[in-house]
Amino acid sequence: MSAAEDGKAGAETRRAFRMPPILVMVARRLAIGVVTLFVVSLIIFFGVELLPGDFAAAVLGQSGTPETVAALRSRLGLDVPAHIRYLNWLGGLLQGDLGYSLSGEIRIADILGTRLFNTMFLAGYAAVIAVPLAVGLGIVAALYRNSILDRVISTATLGAISFPEFFVSYVLVLVFAIELGWFPSLSQVSAGMGFGERLYVLFLPAITLTMCTTAHMMRMTRAAIINLLSTPYIEMVRLKGITPWRVVVQHALPNALAPIINVIAVNIAYLIVGVVLVEVVFVYPGLGQLLVDSVSKRDLPVVQVASMIFAAAYILLNLLADVLSIVSNPRLLHPR
Amino acid sequence: MTDTARRKGDRLLEIRGLRIEARNAAGDWGEIVHGVDLDLNRGEVLGLIGESGAGKSTIGLAAMGYAREGCRIAGGSIMFDGIDLATASEAEKRGLRGARIAYVAQSAAAAFDPAHRLIDQYAEAPVRHGVKSRAEAHEEAKALYRRMQLPDPDRIGFRYPHQVSGGQLQRAMTAMAMACRPDLIIFDEPTTALDVTTQIEVLAAIKDVVRQYRTAAIYITHDLAVVAQMADRIKVLQYGREVEEAPADEMMAAPREDYTRSLWAVRHMEKPEAPAPALDPVLSVRKVSAAYGRGMTVLDDVSVDLHRGRTVAVVGESGSGKSTLARVIAGLLPPVSGDVLIDGGPLSPTLAGRSREDRQRIQMIYQMADTALNPRQKVRDIIGRPMRFYLGLDRAEVARRVAEMLDMIELPKAFADRYPGELSGGQKQRIGIARALAAEPEVVICDEVTSALDQLVAEGILKLLMRLQREMRLSYFFITHELATVKAIADDVVVMRHGRVVDRGTRAEVLFPPRKDYTKVLLSSVPEMNTGWLDGLLAARL
Amino acid sequence: MSRALRQFFRIPPTALLGMAVVLGYAVVALFAHWIAPFGESEIVSSQYDPWGGAFLLGTDNIGRDMFSRLIYGARNTIGIALLITALSFSVGGLLGLFAAVRGGWVDMVLSWIVDILMAIPQLIYALLLLTIFGTSIPVLIAVVAVLDSTRVFRLARSVGMNVVVLDFVEAARLRGESLWWIVRREVLPNVLPPLIAEFGVRFCFVFLFISALSFLGIGIQPPLADWGSMVRDNATLITFGDVTPVLPGLAIAILTVAVNFVVDWVLGKASGAKS
Repeated sequence: MSAAEDGKAGAETRRAFRMPPILVMVARRLAIGVVTLFVVSLIIFFGVELLPGDFAAAVLGQSGTPETVAALRSRLGLDVPAHIRYLNWLGGLLQGDLGYSLSGEIRIADILGTRLFNTMFLAGYAAVIAVPLAVGLGIVAALYRNSILDRVISTATLGAISFPEFFVSYVLVLVFAIELGWFPSLSQVSAGMGFGERLYVLFLPAITLTMCTTAHMMRMTRAAIINLLSTPYIEMVRLKGITPWRVVVQHALPNALAPIINVIAVNIAYLIVGVVLVEVVFVYPGLGQLLVDSVSKRDLPVVQVASMIFAAAYILLNLLADVLSIVSNPRLLHPR
Repeated sequence: MTDTARRKGDRLLEIRGLRIEARNAAGDWGEIVHGVDLDLNRGEVLGLIGESGAGKSTIGLAAMGYAREGCRIAGGSIMFDGIDLATASEAEKRGLRGARIAYVAQSAAAAFDPAHRLIDQYAEAPVRHGVKSRAEAHEEAKALYRRMQLPDPDRIGFRYPHQVSGGQLQRAMTAMAMACRPDLIIFDEPTTALDVTTQIEVLAAIKDVVRQYRTAAIYITHDLAVVAQMADRIKVLQYGREVEEAPADEMMAAPREDYTRSLWAVRHMEKPEAPAPALDPVLSVRKVSAAYGRGMTVLDDVSVDLHRGRTVAVVGESGSGKSTLARVIAGLLPPVSGDVLIDGGPLSPTLAGRSREDRQRIQMIYQMADTALNPRQKVRDIIGRPMRFYLGLDRAEVARRVAEMLDMIELPKAFADRYPGELSGGQKQRIGIARALAAEPEVVICDEVTSALDQLVAEGILKLLMRLQREMRLSYFFITHELATVKAIADDVVVMRHGRVVDRGTRAEVLFPPRKDYTKVLLSSVPEMNTGWLDGLLAARL
Repeated sequence: MSRALRQFFRIPPTALLGMAVVLGYAVVALFAHWIAPFGESEIVSSQYDPWGGAFLLGTDNIGRDMFSRLIYGARNTIGIALLITALSFSVGGLLGLFAAVRGGWVDMVLSWIVDILMAIPQLIYALLLLTIFGTSIPVLIAVVAVLDSTRVFRLARSVGMNVVVLDFVEAARLRGESLWWIVRREVLPNVLPPLIAEFGVRFCFVFLFISALSFLGIGIQPPLADWGSMVRDNATLITFGDVTPVLPGLAIAILTVAVNFVVDWVLGKASGAKS
């Protein structure tokens, strides 16, 4: 072993400047994130090129005359080589110039701002309810595992995982909007709406999202904690006569941070997607609804931009989670 | 031990008719400890010894009123200083654990919480039990670390567990167990995972503090020589029942039961001196250096010769490079420089470059028989495959030879239709041997083949290997860290340390008497079967 | 025999219920043609007829029998989901095991491709690809199967990795066995239990996913009966407090719950047997 260590030490002293390993890992992860974003932008942009034949003709279909096809081609810049179009597109994206929709009348940037805000608001709303609920339930279920309470929580969440979002939405609408009349069945928002009113209007969609994500998060939190509770060092702490509560808070939780952070990030990322369906059900003017509408209209420029935003949010959240779990690892925080 | 320890009638722990049940895979409870009695006086050290499945750890934990997940204390009483731990409430037991009864686990690296500093984990029990303040605990920890000869005792506690070596961690854990000055400490195989030279340091430290504070202890191990150094009395267990109990000196001198005697079976083995090696070795390692990744040199200019019909034992502690050497020979790790020759002809450094005939000539037997056999294949297929693959035998011929082979490894023919899961550890290891021999090899690499086995089973395996060697003129490349095993089977010995060869030659040349300092340390570190060995050695080394 | 019976009664009630439900769905899907009183896209009445009479659950937005469409929906949605899952398993599972056994650059390249494919939410990919290629059943099957095979790849690779490091695989390598032999004879039999459980998980996911796509109007296209689009087509009824549009959703929910119950039991058994 120590011969191996000697060799390693030699290799490392050769490097004049040495970053702490934790920074190296974070930097490497960030670099991978940037590369991934770049590759994904390539896929989203050039995926369209896979379309057999001429895109403008395909979109216009039988209604397209040679003149309208030519007009569309020049408006989409199809007469310019693809790689230049890509660079323009990417440059525009980075500067906030998102181009025009297929019909050419709408600047994408104009409609995107409020929609992005609406989506983020809804996702954030759901996350604020779902994350504490899920982590709390997960810890409780793990602490009292194999008890009746644990079985009830586990079976209920197993059920909740299995429900399609639109089913949950409509059941909630049926009960709370139609039968009881407590909440509106459509989530219409306007610019001047107050914070409280927004929360009220968005209550049903937020609860739908909560139900659909809590189950996953809770089950993964429970698994992570149970996994930890069976480690020798937790047994050791128990044999030191420490109270169960302190065992969990002081010893299990710090070590379970990385897996729990990951679970939360994965599910918040999932929220962003689940939002698409829920927005459609509640006719909520968010980015998801815009994306689905544009898909039905085959409005590719909008689909590309919206996809890119969703993808970027997803990638960044996963990136954040990975960085946080690196940073919360005691073995990396305190290197040899 | 000391006079106070021998004071009669001062009973600390009294276990009567202890029965413990465990849940099997199907979910049924089955008894694993069948009514064990145990007495322990204040200041006395009791050794609990037995092989795997004896229930010694389970009993040790039960002495704290604790049962692992999937186990439960089903009957009997556990009187600790007037409190019955079998019926005490959780809160009552919590009050005792850490404060009056402490635990030292087998793997300190796994038993320290990676998220906290050593000294904070030391202070946790005294502070939580309200015995000491944090500052007091810290001061005491440093004093104890010093007493246990940890390097840099004032600061080592402020390190995290992964920053400290295994032997040091084990001492830090013993210090932690001492934190509340308990009446009783359970040592659960505290040195099993350590190298022999490290084991000495830890044993010495444990013995010193236990004596110093006159703490009573239950010392659990499978190694009779170790327990002989630590315990006043020894209790031998098998399959959850007591075999015998006696004062340590008495048991070492004259064990009553055959089973007890079998616990040091391998120590009695000694291979007869063989004639000097023939001229040309069958396998020859020439100036091999190897590395994992860049710059991590694990083998440095290693040369070893293996002669036909002989056994070369490569012995060393963890990190000595002995297993890496086996990987180089097998072709799993191409060396940075140097050659491996078989029958004088060079072997390709990579596995892909070796012909089927080359591969056939070198076969391997693994340490862990559990993972060495595919659990989803029948014994028939496991042994039969090399015959079909290398020798191209047809189905009927394979069936006939499998039966022959089973006969040869002393297993019934009906085992051909069993899966590995239906066999015991020793039987699995025999199948592993049969698979290697089915290829009709010249050289067999044996990688710690008996380390995971109980003594009696290990003895059987070693005897089998020697018989097969005589009958088939096999050459063994035998990797081990146990010197008793070396004595039992080796003709030639290579001692390795830090990736280099320290000494090589016939067994007598290298070991009896040892001619290199490191070999001397290695040999003198192996606990001997008499109770005064550790004290004598420590006195001699001072 | 008695042992088999005892084993049977050890199965938890949730898993038994799950199996019964799955069996029921299978029967309905296989014999849809004989069970359904009306044709799949047969317009038999005016739109939105109430429950009862000739139409057990009333009629839909263009006057087709709701009950019959529910039954045909079982055939279409479950059938397509099964086909996709089977495809993604054969591709993703084999590639995953292959990557685990082969290692080296092959593993790196495959894993990198999968990482990139998994860097975007599946729904976003699906929306993008279905916009580009249009919404037809073969495109739907291909797109979802490819996207889903990435998950199978990950799992197969990671469980495969756990087996590949074991000594018996090393022994096979040392013997000189071919890659295919190692995958098929040494690794596959040992990863089957988790993979079978995963098949259930993936099926649920695919099933929910294509239902969601259909609900969004870009999955299974009319006039084929499909549970997702049936919810969407009749959603207006909900405003009148009618539960009919939720029924296809309920059908989906019950099946996925049932499959999950079975999977949960299988997974628990697999992990319990190990320890």
